[in-house]
Amino acid sequence: MHPITTVHYLFLSAALLLVGTIGVLTRRNIVVILMSIELILNAVNINLIAFSRQLGNVNGQVFAIFVITDAAAEAAVGLGILIALFRNKETVNADEVDILKW
Amino acid sequence: MPDSAQILRLLPEILLSVFGTLIMVLDPLTGRNRKALLGVLALVGAYCAWIGALVSYANPGPAFGGMVTVDGFATFFRLLVCAIGFLTVLASMSYLERNELPQGEYYALVLFGVAGQSLMAVSGELVLIFLGLEISSISTYILAGFLREDAKSNEASLKYFFLGSFATAFFLYGVALTYGATGSTKLVVIRQAMEGKDANVVLAVIAGALMFVGLAFKVSAAPFQVWTPDVYQGAPSPVTAYLSTGPKAAAFAIFLRIFFTTVPQTGVMWGWLLWTCALLSMTIGNFAALVQTDIKRMLAYSSIAHAGYVLVAFTSCTPIGAAAAMFYLAAYAFMNLGAFTVVSHLSGRREQYVAIDHYAGLGRRRPFLAALLTIFLLSLVGIPLTGGFFGKFYIFRAAVNADLLWLAVLGLLNSAVAAYYYLKVIVVMYMQEPKEEVTIEPVPATLAATLVLAAGAVFFLGVYPGPVLDFATRSASFSRQ
Repeated sequence: MHPITTVHYLFLSAALLLVGTIGVLTRRNIVVILMSIELILNAVNINLIAFSRQLGNVNGQVFAIFVITDAAAEAAVGLGILIALFRNKETVNADEVDILKW
Repeated sequence: MPDSAQILRLLPEILLSVFGTLIMVLDPLTGRNRKALLGVLALVGAYCAWIGALVSYANPGPAFGGMVTVDGFATFFRLLVCAIGFLTVLASMSYLERNELPQGEYYALVLFGVAGQSLMAVSGELVLIFLGLEISSISTYILAGFLREDAKSNEASLKYFFLGSFATAFFLYGVALTYGATGSTKLVVIRQAMEGKDANVVLAVIAGALMFVGLAFKVSAAPFQVWTPDVYQGAPSPVTAYLSTGPKAAAFAIFLRIFFTTVPQTGVMWGWLLWTCALLSMTIGNFAALVQTDIKRMLAYSSIAHAGYVLVAFTSCTPIGAAAAMFYLAAYAFMNLGAFTVVSHLSGRREQYVAIDHYAGLGRRRPFLAALLTIFLLSLVGIPLTGGFFGKFYIFRAAVNADLLWLAVLGLLNSAVAAYYYLKVIVVMYMQEPKEEVTIEPVPATLAATLVLAAGAVFFLGVYPGPVLDFATRSASFSRQ
């Protein structure tokens, strides 16, 4: 049995960052893009907690709570914006949001 | 328990939050015809915060265990963002009335945004920088979509939200890795760890790169500028004025503070990255602006180019360069705010008139507005006697002093390209006959006051730049103990 070290957490977090980034760049559904951004924020949290445990100080855990709070605020505003858009355009497809182009 | 001296060092943020909350509480209690009073309250709030920044500078130093550091640098940007908040509120009053938009939320959001930017300027710690960044960003996401029934404004808000929070997420990932590599989120401790070689260098470099990407997004530097034209075009014009000045100045403030404080020999490690970004931003911004027909979109591309000029000052990596960047951001804030304020008045109801062709004959029909827009555009070009001239002069001088003559020359060539599209607007205003009927309402007193204040600031910085530049130079040396 190998113990789980900080490096394992870092790889998990990097994988989540990758999944999130690919999600933001390739998905077309606005809600899924929002979820992908949340995924990156959670990757950050895993990093913070893992480092906090390794360094033996509590700062990282406090920071993670701030990040969770921020993610909630961001999701609220994001969904609000999405609803305003849906009222006007009746779509959640990012490709159809294309009035502003040159 | 923090003592009163420490609380005093956060005075501007406290005042802005109190006034913002007060406006939200009073909003349902004010009658429909008296909403303008809320605007007056917001003006008082921004003014008090401006005074508060001076008061807290009377007793500079760290507070709250080093989370906050009141120094000249923080005070410079605090005064700047509070002034931007004041002018934004003043410029928005007539716009909100004309478009029948809810006023209470708007003013509260502007004040909260300014509070976040002020917090960014003053924090010496990555967690607090992140919080300030998010307070500022989230309120501006909402402001960008403030014309709720307008599909363009919705789209601007959505794009701004997605790319903004994507950038924040990257920045945050960088912060987390910095914490892991150095064991702290305090900038001075990070610097000590980097110098003492007990930091994990690989992790720190990845962290630096991620934070760089996040911040470059926020200041709309190329190649991370794609959101800027869409957002600036779609957002309500007074909001665009605010977006292109306040959040940008604050983002540059943390950019400067993070990289100058934490990275030893900034120039050696990051120089090539900075000049690539600077050169790309200037070139892409200026050449794309040449072909625009919509004035807001043109000014958006020009704002990308101006971010490039500021990055030229960064590239020099000297205190003189930092001071030049600070001076430029101040000058740029007033000229851009002024230009967008004129645009917001001329756009009419629901922003119908935003094409450059709509400005034909303006010089004859509205000499006052045309003259002021001319002043702001000439300042954006960098004509002597305006703030833009000294801003560019100090930046290119800093670049030359740092042996970056080639970068200064390319920057100057870029300014020459830029002159073409700014002067084109002036030519249209004074020398072309209007092709279609454009209704222009009389200029309200609040808007005229905004324009006169902004033009006054542009001239002050252009004729007598000494005091501001001295202050910037004195504050540009970052505390490194």
